[in-house]
Amino acid sequence: MKDKKSNSRRKFLSTGLKIGVATAAGGLAAAKILEEPPKKSEKIKVLTTDGTVIEVEKPANDCKINPCSPAKGIEARKGIPGRSFVMVIDLAKCKNARKCVEGCQKGHDLLPDQELMKVYLMKDNPESEPYWFPKNCFHCDNPPCVKVCPVGATFKRTDNVVLVDADRCIGCKFCISACPYSARILNWENKETYASNDPDYSPETQTPGQHGVVSKCDFCPDRAREGKLPYCASSCPMGAIYFGDKNEDTVTNGEETLRFKELIKERVGYRYLEELGTEPNVYYLPPVNRMFPYERGFSNLSEEKKEILLKSISKP
Amino acid sequence: MDSHLKAKELLEENKTFIEKPNKQWFLKVFILAVLICIGLYALVLQITKGHLITGMRDNVVWGVYIVNFVFILGLSYAGALIAGIFHLARVEWAKPLQRILKLITVFALIVGPVYILLCLGRPERLLNLFLYPRIQSPITWDLIAIMTDLIFCIVYLYFTYIKDFALLRDNSANLNLYGWRKKLYKFLALGYQNTPEQKKLLNRALDIMAAIIIPTSIIAYSLLAWLFGMNLKVGWHSAMTAPFFVLSAVYSGIALLIIIMWIYRKTQRLEKVFTDNHFLYLGFSLVILSLFYGYFYFSQYITDWYNIQETTNRLLSKYMDFSQYGIHFSVAIFMVAFLPSIIIGVPWFRSINSIAITSVFVLAGLWVMRYLMIVPVLETPYLPMQDFRESWVHYSATWIEWSLTIAGIAICVLFFVVASKLAPIIPISEMLEKKGENKFVIFYKTRRKLSKG
Repeated sequence: MKDKKSNSRRKFLSTGLKIGVATAAGGLAAAKILEEPPKKSEKIKVLTTDGTVIEVEKPANDCKINPCSPAKGIEARKGIPGRSFVMVIDLAKCKNARKCVEGCQKGHDLLPDQELMKVYLMKDNPESEPYWFPKNCFHCDNPPCVKVCPVGATFKRTDNVVLVDADRCIGCKFCISACPYSARILNWENKETYASNDPDYSPETQTPGQHGVVSKCDFCPDRAREGKLPYCASSCPMGAIYFGDKNEDTVTNGEETLRFKELIKERVGYRYLEELGTEPNVYYLPPVNRMFPYERGFSNLSEEKKEILLKSISKP
Repeated sequence: MDSHLKAKELLEENKTFIEKPNKQWFLKVFILAVLICIGLYALVLQITKGHLITGMRDNVVWGVYIVNFVFILGLSYAGALIAGIFHLARVEWAKPLQRILKLITVFALIVGPVYILLCLGRPERLLNLFLYPRIQSPITWDLIAIMTDLIFCIVYLYFTYIKDFALLRDNSANLNLYGWRKKLYKFLALGYQNTPEQKKLLNRALDIMAAIIIPTSIIAYSLLAWLFGMNLKVGWHSAMTAPFFVLSAVYSGIALLIIIMWIYRKTQRLEKVFTDNHFLYLGFSLVILSLFYGYFYFSQYITDWYNIQETTNRLLSKYMDFSQYGIHFSVAIFMVAFLPSIIIGVPWFRSINSIAITSVFVLAGLWVMRYLMIVPVLETPYLPMQDFRESWVHYSATWIEWSLTIAGIAICVLFFVVASKLAPIIPISEMLEKKGENKFVIFYKTRRKLSKG
């Protein structure tokens, strides 16, 4: 009786093993077939300095990081290898032109009211002068939003970026309330361009958007792959927003490129609400030696809005 | 034999409200059904038009739905906790209350979580909670806690029904019932014949379930409190959150118990069962709980206020500002922390009706306090609120949310109306068991004899 039992188990195990091997082999073969055929490299004609025309391989559209196309699915959770994205915002240069807000909205197909980049009017103490404070997601190293997500729809990548997978998000809004920086929004309204489970969707671009899920600033890693600055940094007329890589120790606003560590050290860069222990990756340079008086920022706001802002910074 | 006769008598006395329903009963069900249908219509609107038709926005992401969720689940856990303690401590006078408490527990536990679903942006993706679970998230804790608690509570409720189902099966010939109900009782009684062996087993099961249910409900409600406590938000991020939640839950549970007792006493003429003493005992516990509530609240408040931080200051000044939440706050805190001491504490005001009405105020006040614990906190982030859209800055619930709130209450009441038709609302068999008849299972074996004889 006992013998029979163990025998049958052995049989079962060996069959299982065989099936397993067969499946693995089949899978490998399928993977081989599904592999893309090698791409034919495009040639372009170039004129050399001595006047002859030669053919060279066309560089794949200014691609700086391989793969160039935005990552999808599981790949989007890994992050671009070797990168450590960081942003520095020079508060002395901001005049509330709101071009960063608009650029971001255009790039991410947002509604006019939805702002992933917001510009606040801040006043640190009753004596100090108010200043404009552009604020996106800080892509914290210790993100409170990622901790509370029940389904892993929001995640932290190796390149510092915190993204949302709109295909997985259930819209519980816990991350919105957990974020101490009010960086997250929900797509309350439905929009014609929205589509669920779209094959073109990537958490790096967040397009096409979806109704009823959370959205946030994504640091535009899809643009970084192409060697471009995020929408906000590239559309700022004052060059107040620097974006770069901590590993390379450089940040750039498109015009000047600076050493990140030196910049933070010399200009006494700080992180907003450092005491919360969230370890943000967005640094601010204090609004000293300003280029404009803060009142200039009201020029594109109505009188009513101006009053709302001034009221909100006065102590209760 | 004696107890069997008494059971028959009691059943005879209360048979009118388990026998075939009359017109009045159907009218009740109809009114409740209409309320539920209005809620369903609102739900359809919310699903088709999106969450924009609710009052929730990017700052106040959780509104009346979550207030209801917290409040209703609080009632549920309170029911389980109080029933378990009464059972284990063998509180004789509390025996008739057992069934009401357990029914509150199960019904609230079924209806409460529905409000979380209403709050989800994409409710159809609920399965993701099981497909990609993350144990780090308080929502997952809550999910596990609620499911565990629901199973335990349903089992516990059913165990307490078995004896009465057997009683109904044995006496169904004397009752005016539909044929299918007789069959149902026979099935539900599971062949229980009240033999000493069966009795021992069932009593043991009840003791074990009661002992399990007490810690389960405390843990489950604390986990729910940490849904808020784990947020880096001024007003929530406090060690007080979980104990305060549990206290409020027990408080609201006692208040609801008094209200339900009162309704049954008035409508079903159960003066003999729900006696004046019941109202007095529970009324006094209401006074004690109200003082505890005031103490907890004061302790939280004075700690925040004494060395006030900037964001805390903005939050607390909203409670004091009569153009914002000042009126809600002062009325609610008066109702929950002071009213029971005045109305029930002072003999001149004390009566059965005044105790019941105080309970209604307490329950309403606790709901408002929950609202004040959730909405103003969400309206007070660290960064200043600089949205130019009024509805984005200040939350106000729309009729969609209110009608779904009313529908939820209506569902709970409907459950009660149906359950009290199915079997007596008082545990007849349990009430007739003699004092000391059931030996303790949990505290049975003591190392030394506590007293001789």
